[in-house]
Amino acid sequence: MERVILHSDCNCFYASVECLYHPEIRNKPVAVGGEPEHRHGIILTKNQIAKKYGVKTGEALWQARQKCPDLVIIPPNYSLYQRFSQMARKIYLDYTDQVEPFGIDESWLDVTNSAKLCGGAEKIAYEINRRIREELGITVSVGVSWNKIFAKFGSDYKKPDAVTIINQNNFRDIVWPQPVEDLLYVGPATKKKLNGIGIHTIGELAEIKQEYLHAKYGKWGDVLYDFANGLDISPVAKYDSVLAVKSIGNSTTTIRDLQTDEDVKMILFVLAESVGRRMREQGFKGRELSVSVRNNELFTVAKQCKFEKFTNISSEIAEKAFWLFQKFYSWYRPIRSIGISVSDFAHDNIPTQTDLFSDEHQRIRLEQLDGTVDVLKRRFGNYCVQRASLLKEPSLTGFNPKDENTIHPVGYF
Amino acid sequence: MPVYKKYVDMIVRYFPDGTITPMAVWWDEGKVYEIDRILDVRPAASLKAGGAGIRYTCLILGKQTYIWLEESRWFVEAKERPHPENVGC
Repeated sequence: MERVILHSDCNCFYASVECLYHPEIRNKPVAVGGEPEHRHGIILTKNQIAKKYGVKTGEALWQARQKCPDLVIIPPNYSLYQRFSQMARKIYLDYTDQVEPFGIDESWLDVTNSAKLCGGAEKIAYEINRRIREELGITVSVGVSWNKIFAKFGSDYKKPDAVTIINQNNFRDIVWPQPVEDLLYVGPATKKKLNGIGIHTIGELAEIKQEYLHAKYGKWGDVLYDFANGLDISPVAKYDSVLAVKSIGNSTTTIRDLQTDEDVKMILFVLAESVGRRMREQGFKGRELSVSVRNNELFTVAKQCKFEKFTNISSEIAEKAFWLFQKFYSWYRPIRSIGISVSDFAHDNIPTQTDLFSDEHQRIRLEQLDGTVDVLKRRFGNYCVQRASLLKEPSLTGFNPKDENTIHPVGYF
Repeated sequence: MPVYKKYVDMIVRYFPDGTITPMAVWWDEGKVYEIDRILDVRPAASLKAGGAGIRYTCLILGKQTYIWLEESRWFVEAKERPHPENVGC
């Protein structure tokens, strides 16, 4: 049986919530952006009016102000957005228990079984659209299709406050003529590759032989083929099952550019302490580490490596991160921001395979030390115990990623 | 006339099953307006005042009024200029 999947996307989410709470700025160009004094000065979201001025998500506040001098910039209030996100999910859960969040402002809903009860998928889509507008005071775009990829495409197709239906009869007319980068997971790098072999639209991608894409891009070629042809069969997860954490990471834009290995080491220790502490709180150990670096030209590189053993020891994470960093970063430019993330989790009671060459006693001691420091920090605050190396430049290292940063993007896979 | 978000003192009854029913609004200078009847309860946004929560449609002195419960605070769409302390966002 063909599935019925909706994708609901809150339009300009952060900006819409701020506009609801500040009626006086509703008719002005509004953007939600980081605090410039901490150099987190980028646009996170903008409303429709600011969009008309060409203000883009991700650009620096000063760039946005150049395009639109009257732009009202509001610092983000994440707890408020979380509340609205939960209110929206509560509405979705009235129609199905298969609600899979994709970030804070988007969700997939599998309504295959409830569509009949509720009078059809289209009716549910319009009802969700109306209820969000009335109950939350913001707007959503809803895409309806038989797979997650086209449903997501549908919610992006018409904005704001719209419903788009993509079925077997119209997908060739709606989806296929669009540029290939409109497909989920075709980013700038994939777009370049595909353009290079003469594929510019989703239709062109769909009509290429699967064997050819597989030969050229391996597994990823198969995925692209399925996406473009509407053959993706990945299920919409049940709401309670997706709460499982897949990775824990923190990143920061430092108050000044990082110039030396020493600077980077200090920051990596602060981030690793936060990541380690969050993993320990949730009872995880991880085996995969990712380090991402953005230089002062805003060019980003990310590299991954594996730990030999499952770990949540802060110093092991920091040292491995620094090792990886030294391997791939050549100091071509100073660094503006840096982040680390640990994934491939197991529960922290997983047995450790010992070997002849590592000192397991020392690892146990480090685990105990981390546990003790966690208790102290919980009772007396984040700065009550610190590594001596961080005191070289307290203004650089004096931030608390664990409590100051809670929103993370998510991946589809 | 412009409308403002005004947080108000409320007299509220909590029932054993967990439901909450507003009984009266304690307006400035101790004026108490009793709620005669609750006509409707639903989640709703207030575009005029700027907020979203549970909206109680109440009958007070024969007039229909909306009162919102937003998390743990109550607000109304007030027509007068607000006292600075009561202005929220």
